[in-house]
Amino acid sequence: MTAPLLDVRNLCVSYGRAEVVHDVSIAVTAGALVTVIGSNGAGKTTLLNAIMGLLKARGGIGFRGNDVSAVALESRVQSGLCLVPERRELFADMPVEDNLLLGGFRRSRAERKETLEQIFVRLPRLKERRQQLAGTLSGGERQMLAMGRALMARPVLLMLDEPSLGLAPRIVRDVFHILTDLRQTGVSILLVEQNARAALEVADYAYVMELGAITTQGSPQQIAADPRLVESYLGLGGNEY
Amino acid sequence: MDGTIFLFLLQDGIINGAVYALVAIATVLVFAVTRVILVPQGEFVAFTALTIAALENGNVPATPWLLLALGGLAAASEIVRHVSELSWRRVARIALFDLALPVALLLLTRTLAPMKLGQAVNILLAIALITPMGPMIYRIAFEPIAHSSVLVLLMAAFGVHFSLTGLGLLFFGPEGSGTTPLSSASFSLGDLVISGQSIAVLIVTAVLLVLFALFFGRTLLGKALRACSSNRVGARLVGIPTSAAGQIAFALAALLGAVSGVLIGPLMTVFYDSGFLIGLKAFVAAILGGLVSYPLTVLAALGVGFAEALFSFWASNFKEVLVFTLIIPVLAWRSVYAPHAEETE
Amino acid sequence: MKFSRGPIIPAICALAILVAPFTGLLPDYWITLFNYIGISSLVAIGLVLLTGVGGMTSFGQAAFVGFGAYTTAVLTTRFGISPWLTLPASLIVTMAVAGLIGAITVRLSGHYLPLGTIAWGIAFFYLFGNLDWLGAHDGLAGIPPLRLGTHPLIDPRDYFVVVWIAVVMAVIATQNLLGGRIGRAIRALRRSTRAAEAFGVNTAAAKLMVFVYAAMLAGLAGWLYAHFQRSVSPGPFGITTGTEYLLMAVLGGAGRVYGAILGAAGITFLRDQLQNFLPWLIGNTGNYETIAFGAVLVLILQTASSGVWPILFGPPPPPAPPTPRGGKTTPERTLPAPGTALLQVQDARKVFGGLVAVNDVNFDVQSGRIIGLIGPNGAGKSTTFNLITGVLPLSSGQIQFEGHALRTQTPQRAAALGLGRTFQHVEIVADMSVIENVALGAHLLGRAGPLRAILRLDRAEEALLFANAKRQLDRVGLADVAFKPAGTLALGQLRLVEVARALCLHPVLLLLDEPAAGLRVGEKKALARLLREVRSEGLSVLLVEHDMDFVMSLADRLVVLDFGTRIAEGIPADIRQHPAVLEAYLGGVS
Repeated sequence: MTAPLLDVRNLCVSYGRAEVVHDVSIAVTAGALVTVIGSNGAGKTTLLNAIMGLLKARGGIGFRGNDVSAVALESRVQSGLCLVPERRELFADMPVEDNLLLGGFRRSRAERKETLEQIFVRLPRLKERRQQLAGTLSGGERQMLAMGRALMARPVLLMLDEPSLGLAPRIVRDVFHILTDLRQTGVSILLVEQNARAALEVADYAYVMELGAITTQGSPQQIAADPRLVESYLGLGGNEY
Repeated sequence: MDGTIFLFLLQDGIINGAVYALVAIATVLVFAVTRVILVPQGEFVAFTALTIAALENGNVPATPWLLLALGGLAAASEIVRHVSELSWRRVARIALFDLALPVALLLLTRTLAPMKLGQAVNILLAIALITPMGPMIYRIAFEPIAHSSVLVLLMAAFGVHFSLTGLGLLFFGPEGSGTTPLSSASFSLGDLVISGQSIAVLIVTAVLLVLFALFFGRTLLGKALRACSSNRVGARLVGIPTSAAGQIAFALAALLGAVSGVLIGPLMTVFYDSGFLIGLKAFVAAILGGLVSYPLTVLAALGVGFAEALFSFWASNFKEVLVFTLIIPVLAWRSVYAPHAEETE
Repeated sequence: MKFSRGPIIPAICALAILVAPFTGLLPDYWITLFNYIGISSLVAIGLVLLTGVGGMTSFGQAAFVGFGAYTTAVLTTRFGISPWLTLPASLIVTMAVAGLIGAITVRLSGHYLPLGTIAWGIAFFYLFGNLDWLGAHDGLAGIPPLRLGTHPLIDPRDYFVVVWIAVVMAVIATQNLLGGRIGRAIRALRRSTRAAEAFGVNTAAAKLMVFVYAAMLAGLAGWLYAHFQRSVSPGPFGITTGTEYLLMAVLGGAGRVYGAILGAAGITFLRDQLQNFLPWLIGNTGNYETIAFGAVLVLILQTASSGVWPILFGPPPPPAPPTPRGGKTTPERTLPAPGTALLQVQDARKVFGGLVAVNDVNFDVQSGRIIGLIGPNGAGKSTTFNLITGVLPLSSGQIQFEGHALRTQTPQRAAALGLGRTFQHVEIVADMSVIENVALGAHLLGRAGPLRAILRLDRAEEALLFANAKRQLDRVGLADVAFKPAGTLALGQLRLVEVARALCLHPVLLLLDEPAAGLRVGEKKALARLLREVRSEGLSVLLVEHDMDFVMSLADRLVVLDFGTRIAEGIPADIRQHPAVLEAYLGGVS
């Protein structure tokens, strides 16, 4: 069996003295869409930021067969690891087109041009708005732009942090359509979501994260049927205080 | 005050303001990309003027030695910080940029200086000697504390300013000097005499501002620098290396400072410590522009130049007092209406 | 390497320094150096308070030294007034100038504040150098020496005593000030302005107080300088010297009063040695010491940005708060009868730009109840919380508390009305002891101002406040860590410290923002027990919480928000079954 595309082993992340991610191991095989679900404050965002290299972490991060845990963030981008962060982190005072072009900062001019055309086909809304400042876009458009910017880097593994956060249900549906589309083209996806039902519907494999640790994993069908899923979100009296 | 005096003051103000504008733009650029308030920006201006003055006299200026000293420090500080992970590529880069380049420039200067090849060569040589100092200073002083608060960076900037001023005295001596005007022509416009130097200042400033606008508006590198100031996390996520961005910003700042030195040399007698006041006045303009907006900064710099000219006519003793007092109400106004200046830490 | 703590070491050092000049072992040269160290120490002590403790960085402190020096110079040389009489004049002039400058400066936000100090620092320097009646660039000479009876204090040894008595008094006054009620408020400013405001500290006034105090110490230093030097000129009152003073405070360890003396000694000594050594090394004279000076500053910032004092002497010893006598306690609030309407949120709306964060939300909190406010990420819970506590103003609608409309609510006013709160991201002053952090909650229960603290007339009141803090710490089960620095506690314990601090206010309504996040199961149980106990005493609790087991087993009623809108309200059992709530939490694609 070949090594998975992303192979995170025993990852621990601390803020100061407090450890917020404990000994997490997850894997994404090439071409798969894997989701990490869990309630607020479970440590999902921290996990993604650590894999991307925004945060220091202990443990192993294998990507395309190499250990990248000591590799600089920009080299991780170069090798095809990309993150669409929860807060989008767009260049608000720059036009949509510049945001996209900068997404391809680590790629050649020809690649940038080609990818930009592909993205405009996939996300026509961005083409309409190409001259508009990113800061003036609506919430849904911003999410599209954040995804488009990440795609400009030609990712091998695209990580998304709560792409449905704060979006109306109709737009959430669009976002998830794009994700399933992308997987068809061979991009592997690691999706962190609070919207468990939507995430489980599109995923190949799922992890449930609670209080900084992975508590359950399995196929989406197993997880969706597991009564503990509802508990981990709404607390059905598993603990009485 | 009659019209002629007013026009004279206006001319004087615009010329000074144009130079302040270049320095102020550099201050804004460096702050936006690295959050460093570059107090020693003025030193680049003064050192350039002193370098050209020495070259005009056929002397070898001390500048290459200063460059070599800074290069040595930059190399030492980078090696100390990365001693455990020193790759051959890094060593080669250090050797090339920090040692080979200064030595080459030193040899070049020693060869060219006695030949007195004329103004253009002097100016180009001075700019070539000053510009690499920017990224060297960034690597020595600021890169190790790049993630600190604006305040810590500001204090470090003061430290660099002290050291550079001291080095300026050591390398250039206490005597002041001026340089030959770029053009000795002059035109009469009614009662007003406009010197060729003034025109040269305006043209050079305008051309540089246009070049800068093109660089930031049209090139990917320029956009990447803007991205660093627009959203630091976003810039990192698309793979822009922040350290390189900082070095480029400092190189551009040193380049702009050097050009300002070329322009201001003929207008005043420059001493080793003259840069501080020039830098501070540009800094007033940068603050007026909110440390973000380039067009506002240029306008503010012209305003500061004109205000200074007016103040020196009405109350010449108090012109510095008035210029620096001017900034306080602006800061207060900005604190109320632009509270995003607060650090998000 | 760490020396043992406690007051013994500083006391021995102080004694040694005071006795040394009279042993005959030290030449005049060294005594003079020590005098300059003492004078600089005064300025640096002020800066420690201003920068290290209060979080306001001033590059312009040398200007206040100038005001102190020039005031006495003008009064003694022009008007022949006795030097001792000019001391109050120097202090009053500095105080007046600092009051005016400070009123603007302390309102500057972020890095605008240090930039502002640079601006007026330079402006005053040029002002001193251009006013003819201050002697312009030449300054004023012929300032008379201080006299004791007919004995002039000209010998450096005589002056040494004057300078160091002033330093010792400044240290004592500063320590007393920091130990008191206002001192706690000041210490909270830098690390946690939000917490200080939430417990009623008027932050602008507290900052101005610190600013003026630091300036007056600088003015005192100026007065001493003028009568030691016997002449003044603008040179030493510029931005370079101002930065040097700042460097002293930073080198010593910003936040440490003794560190200021260490820093002043280090910098003065370094400069002196460099002035002697560098010309010898380089071969001609000039201000070369500035080269090394700048390098040292950069190196300190790169390697030991918290200063040298903490490295040598470790963390500060815990304070010794007074113990209460006669069982007196702080006055309790009379609580409304259980079940009466306490907090009424009516059509509360908050718009940020185009985004409606809170969309016409309605709910009530009745006294003696625990109400849970829940909802997924970004639902508007925190914004609602901030509207109630006065951190944010309402866009429309209204919030009433015990019949008061909270239209112009500020955090301070909320505290005065009896709203005690905790924070989602813990807002604790890490380098202050746990009990002092809790006592900050009782800020509004005390009255003592800075002067009473300096003169130590606040002890009886302080004893009451600390007794209250101690009682609240007992309640949350943290009595045994009361004297530890708060920064050494685990996150779960810090959440409980915040609850204790809120209880210290004697609140009517407790507003808790995710109090159970980061707590272990045992700690959660203890917290739940405490909140039930508090409820039985008649207090009300509004709880924002993500731990559903916790909030469901504790709350009497739940209010559920999603996209800023209230989607459900009711008892926990009903909320669990509510389809809109299930949809909001688990999502769904139809």
